[in-house]
Amino acid sequence: MVAAIEPPAHRRPWRLPRLVGWRSPLRGRGALIGAAAVLIVIAAVSIAAPLITDVSPQELDPISRLLPPAADHWFGTDGLGRDVFARTLYGGRISLLVGFGVAVLTTVFGLLIGAIAGFARLADELIMRVMDGLMAIPGILLAAALMAVSHPGLTTVIVAISVPEVPRMVRLVRSMVLSVRERPFVEAAVLSGTRLPRLLLRHVIPNILAPVVVQATFAFAMAILLESYLSLLGAGIPPGIPSWGNIITDSINTVRTAFWPILFPGLFVAITVLAVNILGDSLRDFLDPRFVRQVRMAGSAP
Amino acid sequence: MVSYAARRLLGVIPVMLVVGVFVFMLLHLGAGDPAALIAGDFATPAQIAHIHTLLGLDQPLPVQFGRWGWNILHGNLGVSVFSGVSVVKLIGERIWPTLALAVSTIVFSCALSIPLGIFAAWRAGTAIDRSVMALAVAAFSFPVFLVGYAMMIVLGVNWHILPVQGYAPLSAGLWPFLSHLIMPTVTLGFVYLALLARITRASMVEVLSQDYIRTARAKGLKMRTVLTVHALKNAAVPIVTTIGNGIALLIGGAVVTETVFAIPGLGRLTVDAITQHDYPVIQGLILVFGGVYVVVNLLIDLAYTLLDPRIRY
Repeated sequence: MVAAIEPPAHRRPWRLPRLVGWRSPLRGRGALIGAAAVLIVIAAVSIAAPLITDVSPQELDPISRLLPPAADHWFGTDGLGRDVFARTLYGGRISLLVGFGVAVLTTVFGLLIGAIAGFARLADELIMRVMDGLMAIPGILLAAALMAVSHPGLTTVIVAISVPEVPRMVRLVRSMVLSVRERPFVEAAVLSGTRLPRLLLRHVIPNILAPVVVQATFAFAMAILLESYLSLLGAGIPPGIPSWGNIITDSINTVRTAFWPILFPGLFVAITVLAVNILGDSLRDFLDPRFVRQVRMAGSAP
Repeated sequence: MVSYAARRLLGVIPVMLVVGVFVFMLLHLGAGDPAALIAGDFATPAQIAHIHTLLGLDQPLPVQFGRWGWNILHGNLGVSVFSGVSVVKLIGERIWPTLALAVSTIVFSCALSIPLGIFAAWRAGTAIDRSVMALAVAAFSFPVFLVGYAMMIVLGVNWHILPVQGYAPLSAGLWPFLSHLIMPTVTLGFVYLALLARITRASMVEVLSQDYIRTARAKGLKMRTVLTVHALKNAAVPIVTTIGNGIALLIGGAVVTETVFAIPGLGRLTVDAITQHDYPVIQGLILVFGGVYVVVNLLIDLAYTLLDPRIRY
């Protein structure tokens, strides 16, 4: 990667924008490494939660309710006297799992449906109209409605959040497949008698993987946000297993007296999502700058 | 133009059909008998049978869909299982707070993000540009409720500057109406603002490198004129498109924001319907929200000819 070139100082009131050699501070190698480091730390403290704290995230302590952050409770306690620090660390396991699960599901189904749409002209029209319809429903509502008709649990939350994310991936994959399949090496493969599954796996998918990976990181970020929103709407992961979303939701009734049970898990959500978004942005530049436009136009997840 | 408008209008039908089929299938996607799901764990068989006939669940699926679709086309979205009130009436009662919040958020975020985006594009590559874009990425990533609760605690609970929660209709006076809307608007506007600032900057940067901008500058026009008249006009199409696509984001965010600030709007109605398993209300709300998204984007597509005379259909 080329190191960022500092633009000259500007005193004049007017200049035409010059973008060659310019990189945003939230992109480039430094941002990539920084964001990855933050994510690794968050994942590590979540996985190693039992080693870091010996307090159980579900342990009730009625005497020490709503204690502000202090030496023995770093993030304070909630309305039931549970340790917010322990809950936030353990909650990260579930929330990160949701993000990861949604990213994987979205990628698998996006690749599958997108490739079919890109190759089968008959199915294309039907698939794309269904995707248009799904995209017309706000993602949170779509996921919440799916949660309302199913038994709440970790798996259902992952599936419910994936459904509104898949259409974006399908659009991206389809547009990439349409451009790749006109390239000479695909034509050569078809002419030499390559069958469709092999053609997809060996020739098409490797060539569209970069923007797909980038889109998957955005799905990951969106999933972490949506998990917390779903809990807040009463359609999230049941309170038996702490996730960032339901830790926050559990403390909403006491928010006026104690902000910390919401602040700390909320900050973990914000930092994780920010890091994933930065990672996605810099990964996009890193993998292939030519794909920037295509990912944007397919509607990257905000 | 007329044939384009007609074609675009026809294109709405398959999209709304997909939304309709999804909404209809929602009841049948879940595990088990939908009537039992609605009635809850303590229902008697007689209650379940009553809900069965109420929703027409004893008919074959295509008949149910046909009947349901026919009712919807006649403006009948069914009756709330929980309160017995018609869904159309429920939505009509709750739509005003949500509409007020949505309009104030669009006005607020456009008024702030477009100048910010223009400024960042004009100063592309400088520290100002970097900070604006860094802020946009951060605003993107912050959970809506965190911003909302933080503001509520500081401005409402601690400083008593603004009402903590709730909503006041316009009939209660202009200031009560506005003061209740300020915090929810800023909360919800955060994400929208980030989205619009990013696209404004990107679109403006592209336009500012065009020859006609240099020409406009060379003939001695003021920078302000060039930016707002020559550049912004030509950069408008992607910005307006993003405003339209962002409607889905706005509606979703409004549901969360209304929950945080206890605003009795459609978002609150949605949350109540989900916790009460009130399927006709959930179905009606998704149809309405989907319809709003489709209609807004249709209008925006048709408005392109006004924005950019080069676009001819």
